[in-house]
Order: sequence, then structure tokens, then C-alpha cells
Amino acid sequence: MSCDCGKTCAPDADAANACDAEDKAKCGCGPAPKDRPLTGENFTATRNACKLCAPLGACLAFRGIEGCLPFLHGSQGCATYIRRYMISHFREPMDIASSNFGEESVVFGGRKNLSDGLTHVIESYRPEVIGIATTCLAETIGDDVGMYVKEFISADKKKVDLPHILHASTPSYSGSHADGYQWAVRAIVDQLAVDGPNEKFIGVFPGMISPADLRYLREIMDDFGMSHTIAPDYSDPLDGPVWGDYHKIPAGGTPVREIAKLGRASAVIELASTISDKQSAASLLDEKFSTAVFRVGLPIGIRQSDKFHKVLEQITGKPTPAKHAAERGRLVDAYVDGHKYTFGKEVIIFGEEDFVVGMTAFCAEIGLKPVLCASGGSSGKLRECILEAAPEVDPETPILESVDFAEIEVATFNLKPDLLLGNSKGFTLSRKAGVPLIRVGFPIHDRISGPRSLHLGYRGAQRLFDTICDKLMELQQDGNDIGYTYI
Amino acid sequence: MAEEKINLLEKRKAQVHEGGEFAMEAEKQSLAGSVSQRSCSFCGSRVVLYPIADAIHVVHGPIGCASYTWDIRGALSSGPELHRLSFSTDMQEKDVIYGGENKLYNAICELIDEYKPSAAFIYSTCIIGVIGDDVNAICKKVQKKKGIPVIPVDSEGFKGSKKEGYKAACDALFKLAGTDDHPVKVPKSINILGDFNLAGEIWIIKDYYERMGVNVVCSVSGDGRIDDIRKAGRAHLNIVQCSGSVSNLAKMLETEYGTPMSRASYFGIEDMSKALYDVADFFDDDDMRAGAQRVIQEEVAKLVPQLAPYRKDLQGKKAAVYTGGAFKVFSLVRSLRTLGMDVVIAGSQTGSVEDYKLLSELCDPGTVILDDTNPLELAKYVKEKDVDLFIGGVKERPIAYKIGVGFCDHNHERKEALAGFIGMLNFAKEVHSSVMSPVWQFAPRRAGGQG
Repeated sequence: MSCDCGKTCAPDADAANACDAEDKAKCGCGPAPKDRPLTGENFTATRNACKLCAPLGACLAFRGIEGCLPFLHGSQGCATYIRRYMISHFREPMDIASSNFGEESVVFGGRKNLSDGLTHVIESYRPEVIGIATTCLAETIGDDVGMYVKEFISADKKKVDLPHILHASTPSYSGSHADGYQWAVRAIVDQLAVDGPNEKFIGVFPGMISPADLRYLREIMDDFGMSHTIAPDYSDPLDGPVWGDYHKIPAGGTPVREIAKLGRASAVIELASTISDKQSAASLLDEKFSTAVFRVGLPIGIRQSDKFHKVLEQITGKPTPAKHAAERGRLVDAYVDGHKYTFGKEVIIFGEEDFVVGMTAFCAEIGLKPVLCASGGSSGKLRECILEAAPEVDPETPILESVDFAEIEVATFNLKPDLLLGNSKGFTLSRKAGVPLIRVGFPIHDRISGPRSLHLGYRGAQRLFDTICDKLMELQQDGNDIGYTYI
Repeated sequence: MAEEKINLLEKRKAQVHEGGEFAMEAEKQSLAGSVSQRSCSFCGSRVVLYPIADAIHVVHGPIGCASYTWDIRGALSSGPELHRLSFSTDMQEKDVIYGGENKLYNAICELIDEYKPSAAFIYSTCIIGVIGDDVNAICKKVQKKKGIPVIPVDSEGFKGSKKEGYKAACDALFKLAGTDDHPVKVPKSINILGDFNLAGEIWIIKDYYERMGVNVVCSVSGDGRIDDIRKAGRAHLNIVQCSGSVSNLAKMLETEYGTPMSRASYFGIEDMSKALYDVADFFDDDDMRAGAQRVIQEEVAKLVPQLAPYRKDLQGKKAAVYTGGAFKVFSLVRSLRTLGMDVVIAGSQTGSVEDYKLLSELCDPGTVILDDTNPLELAKYVKEKDVDLFIGGVKERPIAYKIGVGFCDHNHERKEALAGFIGMLNFAKEVHSSVMSPVWQFAPRRAGGQG
């Protein structure tokens, strides 16, 4: 279709006639919503995926175990691609070993490669833990990694020197990286946690959050004066200092002995919304050890954070420490000061499902209007969880699972929102549609601040609110000819 | 923390040369569990074909392989940009059980209808052969229906390292390039093979060749177009850059059309100049030779004074170089010498024994040569040799930064053109901006502390 600028608009147009992003920002052209469904035609192919494969999530989880080297059972490329992808976000070493399949491993099974790989990794890295995740290839040929690991351990004569060898089944043809993360966490707990008398500490399953978020969770728990185990915790391994000497495995992460004790925790908190009982580590502890489980969504925004604090208050029997209450107070003050800039502004939110639930709850409480909530995940629970966490959201709002970025792009042209909120993979469509992108979540490949981005709790909400408000004020200022110096 | 001693694995020792009499092994399958910096066949195929901008690139398999290669490199196009899109059949469990042929067929047909490409490349990932999908048959069927080339790329990851993937990509390319029944040779013409037009480098090189009176028939695959690749048989000479990624294509073109090949590197003053003179020598054409001389003189006259201040600062600094192919390492050793720097560690993922022998002769005695190395070995030698700069790709970057060493990305993600004479200036600037940054004073290595 044509628009005021006299050109034809993407995504229908051929390249020569398409108006560029600059024109579009002015004329606001795009196909009319009625011409096609919100996200365009249905395609069999996934175009510009809004998800990654399950082994990536598993590697991230294993990186959060102290002394652990992630190990992918499959072809060399899986490890290398995932390393590269994660290095581009975290900007930290992210060694992942591979059993390096060749044709003969595919024909005869990967037993020998796994055993050779483990031997070499143990010799060179001397890890305390090896976290094996399977790839689609290993799963398809039917490798029984659990059995191979047992054989490897029983074949070793020294025994005492062997690291803990954990394994998670993460076929990339099931679920996304977010699922891979959860499966790995559950497998870690399943293979390490043991029974015993209750101890006074809280276990926390934090979900896929940033190193800054993990650090802040630790701070909150410390301030409550409660012993705690956050599992996994990759804040130090994936956001650490420059070293004098190279460390084979970066320091930090949750120690195995602490995970082993999780079956004895007074309570565990799982920060998740769309997770199923079958993939939940907390549910597993409940099944195995009748552990008290509290599940709250990622605490993004005041209401979600209040729920989290309430759980902590309930478990510890103490009120939220004054420092955090004061932060909440300042945050409400900021909401009040900035409410006019955010009210009614339309946003599209995308990312992992749990993250989208949290971000939507936050956006809704500051007066932003989510016009599309989208994820590449497919839990079947996204709509229900969002409507529960964010009562302001119109039940008619499109809330879509199994979405790719090509669909989000069409929707962006159709909906013409004021802002996009999500990871940096939204940049391409943001540029094309002329809608600013606020970078949140994972991955952030085109800014330096990814690992240090805080999203959770009152402090995270403060940062998010300031960032969003500042951007909206900037748009208002830049979009006006007068050049107001007070906004 | 106490220093953790890094020892070489016994089975890796033959692939490391620490000086003395040359004896090395190479071109071996990576050791399981060694955390190789290499990738897989799929990666090799994807790298070579990626820049073809008027084709769609469809990855048949579960989602990861497509996600990790979406808009991953700065391979520029002067026209269409279909190569910057990522398409996957995103196979689910049921597709693995019942087969993915129907899904693949529908996926390709719809994408062709929507994006109207000149061709489609269909990449097989690890599990495709295992579950028995007949990708060739599907491609033939779609090709017949849609009337454009639909080319299967036999790129299952486990089939080998990047090199095997290069070969699969060349086989795919030859399905286009090898179909010219009556190639009429274009006078004084070459093909530029093995350059990916990162940061527009091919445009720089093409400009030099054209200024010296050479006609460029096609470029594979940087700024590549399907119709141009079909004309590859019309050139008199194939210039092959990059260690072997498209050597196989050049060999096939030689067999099919009798076109000879010549290797070139466009990095650094010496190699860039040689690349231009070699073409003039091949055509044995005095005008062309004079043209090459004119281009080189003009460019070098502009370049040398601009390099001087960088050279002054960088004189005597030490560098480590680790790349995918070995050919680039030679150019980098020479380029760094131009800047007054010494290479003390050099290596590649896929070099041959012969490459490393030549490299050990080019480098100063005592230079560590590494084949298919890994993070621990790199860290060990970077520390031992006390280098000031590491040149590599994104996977090597944290190794350098984590121990307080400057870094220059000379891989596919670079955003600055590093080829050609102007590229040498960009290279000098980038090396200088990292090595001379004041931030290293705070790194424990330079601050005298331990981390």
C-alpha cells in the first residue's frame, strides 16, 4: 500500500520502493491492520526466531554452579555457537566443552566420545563439577547419557578425584532456552539434593535473570538476615573482575554442598510463572522431601516485588528491612513524578515468557499500555499468567506464544506502539518501524550494560522506570520544534 | 588465588610448536573435551554462503542453528538483504519422530512466495540425515514448482569441522557456477573468490582492480548475487582469498572451464600490493602493470605518513594472532611488522602442517605456533609471552580481556574494513586504540597485583 510519503511500505513492498525508517517515523506508514491479521500471514518456517535452543539455557544454569564446566554432548558447533552467543552478551569467558561428535559417533553412539571428553576435561580443567547437557543429535540417536556417566564413574579406579558429573536432557527440538534452563536446574537439584533434618535457610530458584539481579537478590536476602542458597547463581562467574592469572573456571557460583542441602531448606522460593510442575526444581523438592514451596513471578515492578517481599516476611517472620522499605518509598515517589509521561503510552513487550509476565505487570502498573505481549516460548500459560499479574491489561490484548520476530515486526507496523521493550534482537524491527527499543533481558548484544542491567525488585523497577521515562521525555522533546528546555 | 598451572594435554602436544626444530601435526579431528575454538560443518557452509544477498537461507533442523547465525556478520550488500534474515523449520519432537519433509516443503514454498528470492539454500543440520529426511528430493520438487534454484547444502554439523562445511558450500555454489554452457570469456577479467565483503571490503578491492584495468565478473560470496555466480565461468582468472574456504570451488571451475586460480590476501601493504601485481603478471599486460603500480603508489603515498604516529607508539609491542584459516595469519604477521610489532604467538583453527612450517619460518625464532588450540592453551601462552595485543574472533576476546590484554577483532564480526590500503590504516587505528588505552594500568597484570 502507499502512504503519505508517496512510497510503499514494508513488509509488503519490494526493497526499491519501500520507504526507509526515517520516512516512516514521520509519516507513520505501514499496512493497515485490517489488511491482514495482526502478525501477518501464518508461516510454516520460523523467521528471525524469538528464542534459542534448550542447551544454551542449560549451559547458563551449569555456569552458576561453583567449579562447574558446562559440557555439551553433541557436535562441536553447538558448544562454539553457544559460547559465542553468550560471550557477546556477558563479555566474560564462557568455556563449554564438547564431546565433538563425528560420523562414527552418530553410527555407533556417543559413548566413547563422552568418556574421552570427560577424561580430557578432567585432566585439563580439574573441575569440581561437570554439567552435561544433551543436544538434539545425541537425543535423536538415543544416547543414554545417564548410563554412560554411571559407566564412566564405575570404570574409574581412583574415584576420589572424580568431579560431580551432572547431566540434563535438553533436546533442542523441545521447548526453548528458557525451558533448557529450567530442565537443567531441576536435573541439578534432582542429582544433588539429599534428605536430612530441616535447617534454617531459604532456597531460591531465581530463573534466567541478570548477574546484577542475582547480586541484588543476595543483598535482599542478606538484609533479611536469613541464610540462603540461590541456585544457580552465575553472577560472579559471568560478571567478574579482570584477573592477574587466567582462571580455568571463573570463581563463584553456588557450591555443590549447598545444593545438596536444598532438600533440608525451611522453604524454597521459585521465581517463575509459566513453569510446569514437571520442569520445576521446587516442585521436585516438594515431591521428594515435602519442602515448603513458594512460587512468585519474577519480581519486576512494585506489585510483583511486594509479593516477593511478603513471602520473605512470611518465611522469616521479619518485616522488610528499612533500607528496602525506603527504596520502595522513593520508587513510588518517582512513579508519581513521572506518571504523566508514561500514562497511555503503548508498548510491545517480548522475551522469555516469565520475563514478559514480569515486565508486563510492571508496565501496566506505571500506566503504560501493553498492546502486544509476545514470546517464542510455548508454555500455554502466558495469557493466564499475564492477566493475573497485571489486572490493568485489557483481556482483549494480544498475548502470543510461539511468536517470531518477523511476526512481531508486522504487529509493530500494525499497532504503531510508542516503545518496544525486550532484548536486543528487537533492534532490526525497531529500526525498520522507527519505534525505539528499550533493551531489557537477554541477550543484549549491542550495548555494554547487559550483565549489569537490574530488573528485579524496587531498585530494578527504579532503574526501569527512569530509563523508560527518560526515553519518553526525550521523544517528546526531540519530536517538538520548539526545543523546550523544561519538560 | 594461587596461580593455576596450565599444562598441555598429552594428545595436544604434537599440535603445538614452541620453537626449536619444526615438527607439528595438524588437520586432525578436535580432541573430545578439549574446548576447541573450532566450529562444525554447518558453520563452515553457513559462513561461505551467508553473504549471498538475493537468496533465502533456510536452516532445516531445530531452532538453535538458525538463531545463532541470524544477522551474525557484517557482510554488506549493495542491494537486497535477504541474507540478513534467519529462516528455520524449527523442528519439534513430532517432526523428529514422523519426519520433517512436509514441513520443509511448505516452509520453502511459502518463503519463496513471500520473499521472491533468486534462489534458496537449504542447510541440513545434525539430525536431518539421522531421521532420514530426503532433502534433495524436497529441493528438486520445490525447484520444479517455483522455477528457481533450490539448492541443498549437505552441512550436518557432525560431518567434520568448518573445512568439510566449506566443501559442502562449494558443492552448492558449483550447482550455479558450473551450469554455464557457453561461457564467453570477458576480456582481462577475474572473479574475486573467498571474500565476504565484511564492512564493504570487497568494494575497496574491486575499486583497486578496476582502477588498474581489470574487469571483475563476480564475487563469491561477498555482495554475492545468484545470476553473477552463474557467470563465474566467464572470467580468465579466479583470485582466491581466505584459506581455502572456496578453494574447492576454484578447483571445480578450473576443471569445468579451465580457469586457473591464484591465491591472494588483501591484508597489509605487502600482500595487498602483491595481489594487484600478481594479476597484472598473470595477464602479462604492461598497461595493467602500470595501472597496478599507479594504484599502489597513490595509496601507499597517502597511507605511510598516516601510519607513522601509530608505528611510533606500537614499536616493540608483542602480539598473539589466532584465526580460522592460516592464510590470514601470514598477512597479520607482516601487517604487525609494518606497525613495528612482533608476533610471538601465531596459530589457526584449520591450517595445514605446510602452513605452519612456512609460518615458523616467517616468524621470529621462539614464536609459539598453535593448531586448533583452546582457551587454556591460549591463556597460558599469552601470559608466558606477556603479549600486549591479541588478534582473533569474539570467542578469543574474553581470554585476552580477562587477563588485561588488548584485543582486535579480525573475524567476521568486524565493523571496520581491514582489507586494502585503507584497511591497513583502520587496522593500525584499531590496534593502537586497544594497545594504547590507559585502562590496562588498572589490570592486575600491569598494576602488579593478582586477580
